[in-house]
Amino acid sequence: MCLAVPGKVLDIEERDGTRMATVDFGGVVKEVCLEYLPDLRVGEYAIVHVGFALQRLDEESARQTLELFAELGLLQEEFGDPWEAAATEADEDAVEEVRK
Amino acid sequence: MKYIDEFQDPELARRLLDDIHATVTRPWALMEVCGGQTHSIIRHGIDQLLPKELELIHGPGCPVCVTPLEVIDKALEIASRPEVIFCSFGDMLRVPGTGRDLFQVRSEGGDVRVVYSPLDALRIARQNPDRQVVFFGIGFETTAPPNAMTVHQARKLGIANFSMLVSHVRVPPAIEAIMSSPSCRVQGFLAAGHVCSVMGMGEYPGLAERFRVPIVVTGFEPLDILEGVRRAVRQLERGEHTVDNAYARAVRPEGNPAARAMLEDVFEVTDRAWRGIGVIPGSGWRLSSKYRDHDAEHRFQVDGIRTEEPAACRSGEVLQGLLKPHECEAFGTVCTPRTPLGATMVSSEGACAAYYLYRRLDMPAGKTREATPVV
Ligand code: SF4
Repeated sequence: MCLAVPGKVLDIEERDGTRMATVDFGGVVKEVCLEYLPDLRVGEYAIVHVGFALQRLDEESARQTLELFAELGLLQEEFGDPWEAAATEADEDAVEEVRK
Repeated sequence: MKYIDEFQDPELARRLLDDIHATVTRPWALMEVCGGQTHSIIRHGIDQLLPKELELIHGPGCPVCVTPLEVIDKALEIASRPEVIFCSFGDMLRVPGTGRDLFQVRSEGGDVRVVYSPLDALRIARQNPDRQVVFFGIGFETTAPPNAMTVHQARKLGIANFSMLVSHVRVPPAIEAIMSSPSCRVQGFLAAGHVCSVMGMGEYPGLAERFRVPIVVTGFEPLDILEGVRRAVRQLERGEHTVDNAYARAVRPEGNPAARAMLEDVFEVTDRAWRGIGVIPGSGWRLSSKYRDHDAEHRFQVDGIRTEEPAACRSGEVLQGLLKPHECEAFGTVCTPRTPLGATMVSSEGACAAYYLYRRLDMPAGKTREATPVV
Protein backbone atom coordinates (compact mmCIF):
# COMPACT_ATOMS: atom_id res chain seq x y z
CA MET A 1 0.00 0.00 0.00
CA CYS A 2 2.83 2.37 0.77
CA LEU A 3 4.24 1.92 -2.70
CA ALA A 4 4.04 5.07 -4.77
CA VAL A 5 4.31 4.44 -8.49
CA PRO A 6 5.45 6.91 -11.16
CA GLY A 7 3.03 7.48 -14.00
CA LYS A 8 2.60 9.66 -17.09
CA VAL A 9 -0.32 12.06 -17.46
CA LEU A 10 -2.34 11.23 -20.58
CA ASP A 11 -5.11 13.77 -20.20
CA ILE A 12 -6.72 16.10 -17.68
CA GLU A 13 -10.27 17.18 -16.92
CA GLU A 14 -12.35 18.87 -14.21
CA ARG A 15 -14.85 16.62 -12.46
CA ASP A 16 -17.12 17.78 -9.60
CA GLY A 17 -14.83 20.75 -9.18
CA THR A 18 -11.82 18.46 -8.86
CA ARG A 19 -8.82 18.22 -11.18
CA MET A 20 -8.56 14.63 -12.37
CA ALA A 21 -6.17 12.98 -14.82
CA THR A 22 -5.85 9.73 -16.70
CA VAL A 23 -2.42 8.35 -15.89
CA ASP A 24 -0.44 5.56 -17.51
CA PHE A 25 1.63 3.32 -15.23
CA GLY A 26 3.63 1.31 -17.71
CA GLY A 27 0.49 -0.02 -19.40
CA VAL A 28 -2.03 0.11 -16.55
CA VAL A 29 -4.22 3.20 -16.86
CA LYS A 30 -5.87 4.73 -13.79
CA GLU A 31 -7.82 7.80 -12.72
CA VAL A 32 -5.67 10.11 -10.62
CA CYS A 33 -6.54 13.20 -8.60
CA LEU A 34 -4.33 16.22 -9.30
CA GLU A 35 -5.53 18.46 -6.47
CA TYR A 36 -2.13 18.25 -4.77
CA LEU A 37 -0.19 18.97 -7.97
CA PRO A 38 -2.56 21.34 -9.77
CA ASP A 39 -0.03 22.57 -12.32
CA LEU A 40 0.92 19.12 -13.60
CA ARG A 41 0.55 18.98 -17.40
CA VAL A 42 -0.24 16.34 -19.98
CA GLY A 43 2.96 14.43 -20.82
CA GLU A 44 4.59 15.07 -17.43
CA TYR A 45 5.40 12.41 -14.84
CA ALA A 46 4.50 12.25 -11.17
CA ILE A 47 4.71 9.91 -8.22
CA VAL A 48 1.20 8.63 -7.62
CA HIS A 49 -0.02 7.05 -4.42
CA VAL A 50 -3.50 5.54 -3.95
CA GLY A 51 -4.89 7.61 -6.79
CA PHE A 52 -3.27 10.95 -5.96
CA ALA A 53 -0.32 12.65 -7.65
CA LEU A 54 2.01 13.71 -4.87
CA GLN A 55 5.24 14.93 -6.46
CA ARG A 56 6.65 15.64 -9.93
CA LEU A 57 9.27 13.32 -11.32
CA ASP A 58 11.51 13.65 -14.37
CA GLU A 59 10.87 11.27 -17.22
CA GLU A 60 14.14 9.38 -16.93
CA SER A 61 13.78 8.46 -13.24
CA ALA A 62 10.11 7.66 -13.75
CA ARG A 63 10.93 5.27 -16.56
CA GLN A 64 13.71 3.56 -14.62
CA THR A 65 11.55 3.10 -11.55
CA LEU A 66 8.66 1.70 -13.58
CA GLU A 67 10.95 -0.79 -15.30
CA LEU A 68 12.35 -1.91 -11.98
CA PHE A 69 8.91 -2.24 -10.38
CA ALA A 70 7.65 -4.26 -13.32
CA GLU A 71 10.67 -6.54 -13.09
CA LEU A 72 10.14 -7.09 -9.37
CA GLY A 73 6.45 -7.82 -9.78
CA LEU A 74 5.55 -4.79 -7.68
CA LEU A 75 3.13 -3.44 -10.26
CA GLN A 76 1.22 -6.71 -10.07
CA GLU A 77 1.14 -6.31 -6.28
CA GLU A 78 -0.15 -2.75 -6.59
CA PHE A 79 -2.69 -3.20 -9.40
CA GLY A 80 -3.40 -6.96 -9.32
CA ASP A 81 -6.45 -8.62 -7.78
CA PRO A 82 -6.04 -8.51 -4.00
CA TRP A 83 -8.84 -11.04 -3.43
CA GLU A 84 -6.93 -13.56 -5.44
CA ALA A 85 -3.75 -12.77 -3.53
CA ALA A 86 -5.56 -13.07 -0.20
CA ALA A 87 -7.10 -16.34 -1.33
CA THR A 88 -3.76 -17.89 -2.28
CA GLU A 89 -2.45 -16.92 1.13
CA ALA A 90 -5.51 -18.13 3.00
CA ASP A 91 -6.18 -21.70 4.03
CA GLU A 92 -7.77 -23.94 1.44
CA ASP A 93 -11.06 -23.93 3.40
CA ALA A 94 -11.36 -20.18 3.26
CA VAL A 95 -10.70 -20.24 -0.46
CA GLU A 96 -13.43 -22.83 -0.88
CA GLU A 97 -15.86 -20.74 1.13
CA VAL A 98 -15.28 -17.64 -0.98
CA ARG A 99 -15.83 -19.65 -4.15
CA LYS A 100 -19.20 -20.92 -2.92
CA MET B 1 28.89 -9.76 -4.21
CA LYS B 2 26.86 -12.48 -5.79
CA TYR B 3 23.54 -10.65 -6.08
CA ILE B 4 24.89 -7.51 -7.60
CA ASP B 5 24.10 -8.43 -11.21
CA GLU B 6 20.41 -8.19 -10.37
CA PHE B 7 20.77 -4.47 -9.72
CA GLN B 8 19.41 -2.10 -12.31
CA ASP B 9 22.84 -0.54 -12.77
CA PRO B 10 25.34 -3.11 -11.45
CA GLU B 11 28.30 -0.86 -12.23
CA LEU B 12 26.94 2.01 -10.13
CA ALA B 13 25.97 -0.40 -7.36
CA ARG B 14 29.50 -1.72 -7.28
CA ARG B 15 30.94 1.79 -7.05
CA LEU B 16 28.61 2.72 -4.18
CA LEU B 17 29.42 -0.50 -2.37
CA ASP B 18 33.16 -0.01 -2.83
CA ASP B 19 32.81 3.46 -1.39
CA ILE B 20 30.84 2.18 1.61
CA HIS B 21 33.40 -0.56 2.24
CA ALA B 22 36.23 1.97 2.05
CA THR B 23 34.47 4.37 4.44
CA VAL B 24 33.39 2.07 7.26
CA THR B 25 36.08 1.60 9.91
CA ARG B 26 33.99 0.37 12.86
CA PRO B 27 30.54 -1.03 13.76
CA TRP B 28 27.48 1.09 13.03
CA ALA B 29 23.76 0.41 13.22
CA LEU B 30 21.39 2.17 10.80
CA MET B 31 17.61 1.91 10.86
CA GLU B 32 15.62 1.99 7.63
CA VAL B 33 12.26 3.37 8.71
CA CYS B 34 10.17 2.33 5.73
CA GLY B 35 8.83 -1.21 5.22
CA GLY B 36 9.24 -0.81 1.46
CA GLN B 37 12.94 -0.25 2.07
CA THR B 38 13.09 -3.36 4.27
CA HIS B 39 11.67 -5.44 1.45
CA SER B 40 14.06 -3.97 -1.06
CA ILE B 41 17.00 -4.67 1.26
CA ILE B 42 16.08 -8.27 1.96
CA ARG B 43 14.96 -9.04 -1.58
CA HIS B 44 18.25 -7.84 -3.07
CA GLY B 45 20.42 -9.11 -0.25
CA ILE B 46 21.72 -5.58 0.31
CA ASP B 47 22.44 -6.28 3.97
CA GLN B 48 24.73 -9.10 2.88
CA LEU B 49 26.64 -6.90 0.46
CA LEU B 50 27.45 -4.32 3.13
CA PRO B 51 30.53 -4.47 5.35
CA LYS B 52 29.95 -6.83 8.27
CA GLU B 53 30.46 -3.97 10.73
CA LEU B 54 27.38 -2.28 9.32
CA GLU B 55 24.02 -3.49 10.59
CA LEU B 56 20.68 -2.51 9.10
CA ILE B 57 17.91 -2.52 11.69
CA HIS B 58 14.36 -2.75 10.37
CA GLY B 59 12.08 0.03 11.55
CA PRO B 60 8.36 0.31 12.26
CA GLY B 61 7.48 1.82 8.87
CA CYS B 62 4.80 -0.59 7.76
CA PRO B 63 1.38 0.99 8.29
CA VAL B 64 -0.42 -2.32 8.02
CA CYS B 65 1.80 -3.81 10.73
CA VAL B 66 1.47 -1.02 13.25
CA THR B 67 -2.31 -0.56 12.99
CA PRO B 68 -3.47 -1.50 16.49
CA LEU B 69 -5.41 -4.69 16.99
CA GLU B 70 -8.23 -2.69 18.54
CA VAL B 71 -8.68 -0.75 15.29
CA ILE B 72 -8.64 -3.95 13.23
CA ASP B 73 -11.32 -5.37 15.52
CA LYS B 74 -13.39 -2.21 15.10
CA ALA B 75 -13.03 -2.58 11.33
CA LEU B 76 -14.17 -6.21 11.51
CA GLU B 77 -17.19 -5.29 13.58
CA ILE B 78 -18.24 -2.43 11.30
CA ALA B 79 -17.63 -4.53 8.17
CA SER B 80 -19.92 -7.27 9.55
CA ARG B 81 -22.97 -5.00 9.75
CA PRO B 82 -25.55 -5.66 7.05
CA GLU B 83 -26.09 -1.98 6.20
CA VAL B 84 -22.37 -1.38 5.61
CA ILE B 85 -20.20 -1.53 2.50
CA PHE B 86 -16.70 -1.65 3.93
CA CYS B 87 -13.92 -0.43 1.63
CA SER B 88 -10.25 -1.05 2.22
CA PHE B 89 -6.89 -1.23 0.48
CA GLY B 90 -6.12 -4.84 -0.45
CA ASP B 91 -3.29 -5.34 1.99
CA MET B 92 -5.57 -5.10 5.02
CA LEU B 93 -7.60 -8.18 4.03
CA ARG B 94 -5.49 -10.77 5.78
CA VAL B 95 -4.34 -8.78 8.79
CA PRO B 96 -5.42 -10.80 11.80
CA GLY B 97 -7.75 -9.20 14.30
CA THR B 98 -8.86 -11.10 17.37
CA GLY B 99 -9.79 -14.44 15.81
CA ARG B 100 -10.50 -13.40 12.21
CA ASP B 101 -9.71 -11.02 9.36
CA LEU B 102 -11.57 -8.98 6.70
CA PHE B 103 -11.20 -11.81 4.21
CA GLN B 104 -13.20 -14.04 6.57
CA VAL B 105 -15.78 -11.32 7.20
CA ARG B 106 -16.46 -11.30 3.48
CA SER B 107 -16.73 -15.07 3.29
CA GLU B 108 -19.29 -14.82 6.13
CA GLY B 109 -21.39 -12.49 4.00
CA GLY B 110 -19.99 -9.05 4.86
CA ASP B 111 -19.86 -6.56 1.97
CA VAL B 112 -16.12 -5.91 1.97
CA ARG B 113 -14.72 -4.26 -1.14
CA VAL B 114 -11.16 -3.56 -2.15
CA VAL B 115 -10.46 -0.17 -3.63
CA TYR B 116 -7.37 1.24 -5.27
CA SER B 117 -8.01 4.79 -4.07
CA PRO B 118 -10.12 6.28 -1.25
CA LEU B 119 -11.95 8.21 -3.99
CA ASP B 120 -13.28 4.87 -5.26
CA ALA B 121 -14.96 4.41 -1.88
CA LEU B 122 -16.52 7.84 -2.20
CA ARG B 123 -17.87 6.90 -5.62
CA ILE B 124 -19.37 3.72 -4.15
CA ALA B 125 -21.08 5.89 -1.50
CA ARG B 126 -22.66 8.07 -4.18
CA GLN B 127 -23.87 5.03 -6.08
CA ASN B 128 -25.38 3.46 -2.95
CA PRO B 129 -27.19 6.23 -1.09
CA ASP B 130 -29.21 3.72 0.95
CA ARG B 131 -26.11 2.00 2.35
CA GLN B 132 -23.42 3.15 4.77
CA VAL B 133 -20.01 3.24 3.08
CA VAL B 134 -16.98 3.11 5.36
CA PHE B 135 -13.38 3.47 4.24
CA PHE B 136 -10.52 2.07 6.30
CA GLY B 137 -8.11 5.02 6.49
CA ILE B 138 -4.72 3.81 7.63
CA GLY B 139 -1.18 4.71 6.64
CA PHE B 140 1.69 7.12 7.15
CA GLU B 141 2.08 10.66 5.87
CA THR B 142 2.06 9.43 2.26
CA THR B 143 -1.42 7.95 2.48
CA ALA B 144 -2.94 10.52 4.82
CA PRO B 145 -3.31 13.34 2.23
CA PRO B 146 -5.39 11.25 -0.21
CA ASN B 147 -7.60 10.15 2.67
CA ALA B 148 -7.86 13.73 3.95
CA MET B 149 -8.90 14.96 0.50
CA THR B 150 -11.55 12.24 0.29
CA VAL B 151 -13.16 13.28 3.59
CA HIS B 152 -12.96 16.89 2.48
CA GLN B 153 -14.72 15.98 -0.79
CA ALA B 154 -17.39 13.99 1.04
CA ARG B 155 -18.22 17.05 3.09
CA LYS B 156 -18.06 19.42 0.16
CA LEU B 157 -20.37 17.24 -1.95
CA GLY B 158 -22.66 16.44 0.99
CA ILE B 159 -22.19 12.67 0.78
CA ALA B 160 -23.63 11.87 4.19
CA ASN B 161 -23.46 8.07 3.94
CA PHE B 162 -19.65 8.12 3.73
CA SER B 163 -17.43 7.80 6.77
CA MET B 164 -13.84 6.85 7.50
CA LEU B 165 -12.30 4.67 10.18
CA VAL B 166 -9.10 6.65 10.69
CA SER B 167 -5.90 5.29 12.19
CA HIS B 168 -3.10 7.35 10.67
CA VAL B 169 0.42 7.37 12.02
CA ARG B 170 3.32 9.84 11.81
CA VAL B 171 7.00 9.02 11.46
CA PRO B 172 8.84 11.69 13.50
CA PRO B 173 7.28 10.80 16.88
CA ALA B 174 8.16 7.15 16.18
CA ILE B 175 11.80 8.13 15.59
CA GLU B 176 11.70 10.05 18.83
CA ALA B 177 10.25 7.06 20.71
CA ILE B 178 12.84 4.68 19.26
CA MET B 179 15.72 7.00 20.16
CA SER B 180 14.37 7.58 23.67
CA SER B 181 14.25 3.86 24.49
CA PRO B 182 17.08 2.73 26.78
CA SER B 183 17.63 -0.37 24.63
CA CYS B 184 18.04 1.66 21.44
CA ARG B 185 21.06 0.78 19.31
CA VAL B 186 20.23 2.95 16.30
CA GLN B 187 22.94 5.41 15.31
CA GLY B 188 21.51 6.75 12.07
CA PHE B 189 18.27 6.76 10.09
CA LEU B 190 17.35 6.21 6.48
CA ALA B 191 14.15 8.29 6.45
CA ALA B 192 11.23 7.18 4.29
CA GLY B 193 11.39 8.98 0.94
CA HIS B 194 7.74 9.16 0.05
CA VAL B 195 6.74 10.37 3.51
CA CYS B 196 9.14 13.27 2.88
CA SER B 197 7.70 13.86 -0.61
CA VAL B 198 4.62 15.03 1.26
CA MET B 199 5.97 16.39 4.55
CA GLY B 200 9.31 17.75 3.38
CA MET B 201 12.29 17.65 5.70
CA GLY B 202 11.39 20.28 8.26
CA GLU B 203 10.53 17.84 11.04
CA TYR B 204 13.97 16.21 11.07
CA PRO B 205 16.71 18.74 11.95
CA GLY B 206 15.45 18.98 15.56
CA LEU B 207 15.57 15.18 15.92
CA ALA B 208 19.01 14.88 14.30
CA GLU B 209 20.35 17.55 16.63
CA ARG B 210 18.70 16.30 19.81
CA PHE B 211 19.71 12.65 19.41
CA ARG B 212 22.92 13.37 17.47
CA VAL B 213 21.90 11.00 14.65
CA PRO B 214 22.32 11.51 10.92
CA ILE B 215 18.99 11.31 9.10
CA VAL B 216 19.26 10.65 5.38
CA VAL B 217 16.10 10.87 3.29
CA THR B 218 16.23 7.74 1.13
CA GLY B 219 14.22 6.18 -1.69
CA PHE B 220 13.55 2.48 -1.79
CA GLU B 221 15.06 1.18 -4.94
CA PRO B 222 18.26 -0.79 -4.36
CA LEU B 223 20.54 1.96 -5.65
CA ASP B 224 18.70 4.59 -3.59
CA ILE B 225 19.26 2.53 -0.47
CA LEU B 226 22.95 2.08 -1.17
CA GLU B 227 23.29 5.83 -1.69
CA GLY B 228 21.40 6.53 1.56
CA VAL B 229 23.63 4.11 3.45
CA ARG B 230 26.74 5.64 1.89
CA ARG B 231 25.79 9.14 3.00
CA ALA B 232 24.78 8.01 6.49
CA VAL B 233 28.02 6.11 7.22
CA ARG B 234 30.04 8.99 5.84
CA GLN B 235 28.42 11.27 8.42
CA LEU B 236 28.89 8.72 11.20
CA GLU B 237 32.57 8.25 10.42
CA ARG B 238 33.05 12.02 10.49
CA GLY B 239 31.07 12.48 13.69
CA GLU B 240 28.37 14.52 11.92
CA HIS B 241 24.62 14.42 12.44
CA THR B 242 22.71 16.41 9.89
CA VAL B 243 19.67 15.90 7.69
CA ASP B 244 20.63 14.98 4.14
CA ASN B 245 18.47 14.37 1.08
CA ALA B 246 19.54 11.37 -1.01
CA TYR B 247 16.19 11.28 -2.85
CA ALA B 248 16.10 14.77 -4.32
CA ARG B 249 14.32 13.64 -7.49
CA ALA B 250 11.15 13.05 -5.45
CA VAL B 251 11.64 15.12 -2.30
CA ARG B 252 11.65 18.90 -2.09
CA PRO B 253 12.65 20.43 1.26
CA GLU B 254 9.15 21.86 1.70
CA GLY B 255 7.38 18.67 0.62
CA ASN B 256 3.97 19.20 -0.94
CA PRO B 257 2.48 22.34 0.67
CA ALA B 258 -1.04 21.76 -0.68
CA ALA B 259 -1.12 18.27 0.82
CA ARG B 260 0.24 19.50 4.13
CA ALA B 261 -2.39 22.23 4.30
CA MET B 262 -5.15 19.68 3.71
CA LEU B 263 -3.75 17.42 6.42
CA GLU B 264 -3.86 20.29 8.87
CA ASP B 265 -7.44 21.09 7.98
CA VAL B 266 -8.89 17.60 8.09
CA PHE B 267 -6.83 15.92 10.81
CA GLU B 268 -5.57 16.76 14.27
CA VAL B 269 -2.61 15.20 16.03
CA THR B 270 -3.46 12.58 18.63
CA ASP B 271 -1.70 9.96 20.74
CA ARG B 272 -1.81 6.66 18.91
CA ALA B 273 -1.20 3.06 19.95
CA TRP B 274 1.14 1.16 17.61
CA ARG B 275 0.50 -2.54 17.34
CA GLY B 276 3.03 -4.43 19.43
CA ILE B 277 4.72 -1.22 20.60
CA GLY B 278 2.16 0.68 22.64
CA VAL B 279 1.09 4.30 22.77
CA ILE B 280 3.45 6.87 21.26
CA PRO B 281 2.47 10.43 22.21
CA GLY B 282 1.44 12.65 19.32
CA SER B 283 2.16 9.89 16.80
CA GLY B 284 -1.16 9.79 15.03
CA TRP B 285 -3.88 11.72 13.31
CA ARG B 286 -7.63 11.58 13.80
CA LEU B 287 -10.36 13.53 12.08
CA SER B 288 -10.64 17.06 13.46
CA SER B 289 -13.91 18.09 15.10
CA LYS B 290 -15.01 19.87 11.92
CA TYR B 291 -15.19 16.49 10.18
CA ARG B 292 -16.58 14.43 13.08
CA ASP B 293 -19.73 13.68 11.03
CA HIS B 294 -17.61 11.51 8.76
CA ASP B 295 -15.87 9.68 11.59
CA ALA B 296 -16.88 5.99 11.51
CA GLU B 297 -15.98 5.47 15.17
CA HIS B 298 -18.61 8.04 16.15
CA ARG B 299 -21.16 6.80 13.69
CA PHE B 300 -20.97 3.15 14.66
CA GLN B 301 -20.19 3.39 18.37
CA VAL B 302 -17.60 0.63 18.40
CA ASP B 303 -16.03 1.46 21.74
CA GLY B 304 -15.46 -1.16 24.37
CA ILE B 305 -13.99 -3.79 22.07
CA ARG B 306 -11.82 -6.29 23.93
CA THR B 307 -8.72 -7.41 22.11
CA GLU B 308 -6.30 -10.25 22.55
CA GLU B 309 -2.84 -10.44 20.96
CA PRO B 310 -1.42 -13.92 20.37
CA ALA B 311 1.11 -14.36 23.18
CA ALA B 312 3.69 -15.99 20.93
CA CYS B 313 3.97 -13.03 18.57
CA ARG B 314 6.98 -10.80 19.14
CA SER B 315 6.25 -8.32 16.37
CA GLY B 316 6.54 -5.42 18.81
CA GLU B 317 10.22 -6.20 19.26
CA VAL B 318 10.63 -6.75 15.52
CA LEU B 319 9.05 -3.37 14.80
CA GLN B 320 11.39 -1.62 17.21
CA GLY B 321 14.46 -3.24 15.74
CA LEU B 322 15.14 -5.25 18.90
CA LEU B 323 14.63 -8.66 17.28
CA LYS B 324 15.15 -9.98 13.77
CA PRO B 325 12.10 -11.88 12.46
CA HIS B 326 13.85 -15.26 12.19
CA GLU B 327 14.79 -15.02 15.85
CA CYS B 328 11.12 -15.31 16.80
CA GLU B 329 10.23 -18.84 17.98
CA ALA B 330 7.09 -18.97 15.85
CA PHE B 331 8.78 -17.79 12.64
CA GLY B 332 8.31 -20.22 9.77
CA THR B 333 6.72 -22.85 11.98
CA VAL B 334 3.47 -21.76 13.63
CA CYS B 335 3.63 -18.40 11.90
CA THR B 336 3.72 -18.20 8.10
CA PRO B 337 2.00 -15.93 5.56
CA ARG B 338 -0.75 -18.58 5.34
CA THR B 339 -1.19 -18.69 9.10
CA PRO B 340 0.08 -15.34 10.30
CA LEU B 341 0.18 -14.65 14.03
CA GLY B 342 1.14 -11.03 13.60
CA ALA B 343 0.58 -8.33 11.02
CA THR B 344 4.31 -8.21 10.28
CA MET B 345 3.98 -11.66 8.68
CA VAL B 346 1.00 -10.83 6.50
CA SER B 347 1.66 -7.32 5.26
CA SER B 348 3.40 -6.95 1.93
CA GLU B 349 5.71 -4.50 3.70
CA GLY B 350 6.13 -6.43 6.94
CA ALA B 351 9.60 -7.45 8.10
CA CYS B 352 8.57 -11.02 9.01
CA ALA B 353 7.05 -11.50 5.55
CA ALA B 354 10.20 -10.14 3.91
CA TYR B 355 12.34 -12.68 5.75
CA TYR B 356 9.93 -15.48 5.01
CA LEU B 357 9.72 -14.72 1.29
CA TYR B 358 13.27 -13.87 0.40
CA ARG B 359 15.69 -14.94 3.07
CA ARG B 360 17.51 -18.19 2.32
CA LEU B 361 20.11 -17.89 5.08
CA ASP B 362 20.15 -17.40 8.82
CA MET B 363 17.26 -19.76 9.48
CA PRO B 364 17.46 -21.15 13.00
CA ALA B 365 18.52 -24.79 13.28
CA GLY B 366 15.78 -27.22 12.28
CA LYS B 367 14.02 -24.71 10.02
CA THR B 368 15.46 -25.36 6.63
CA ARG B 369 12.64 -24.13 4.48
CA GLU B 370 13.77 -23.32 0.95
CA ALA B 371 12.72 -19.75 0.44
CA THR B 372 11.62 -17.97 -2.70
CA PRO B 373 8.50 -19.03 -4.55
CA VAL B 374 7.21 -15.50 -4.29
CA VAL B 375 3.52 -15.53 -5.14
S1 SF4 C 1 7.29 -14.37 12.98
FE1 SF4 C 1 5.05 -14.25 13.32
S2 SF4 C 1 4.81 -14.55 15.51
FE2 SF4 C 1 6.98 -14.02 15.18
S3 SF4 C 1 7.05 -11.77 15.39
FE3 SF4 C 1 6.74 -12.20 13.21
S4 SF4 C 1 4.50 -12.09 12.96
FE4 SF4 C 1 4.88 -12.33 15.17
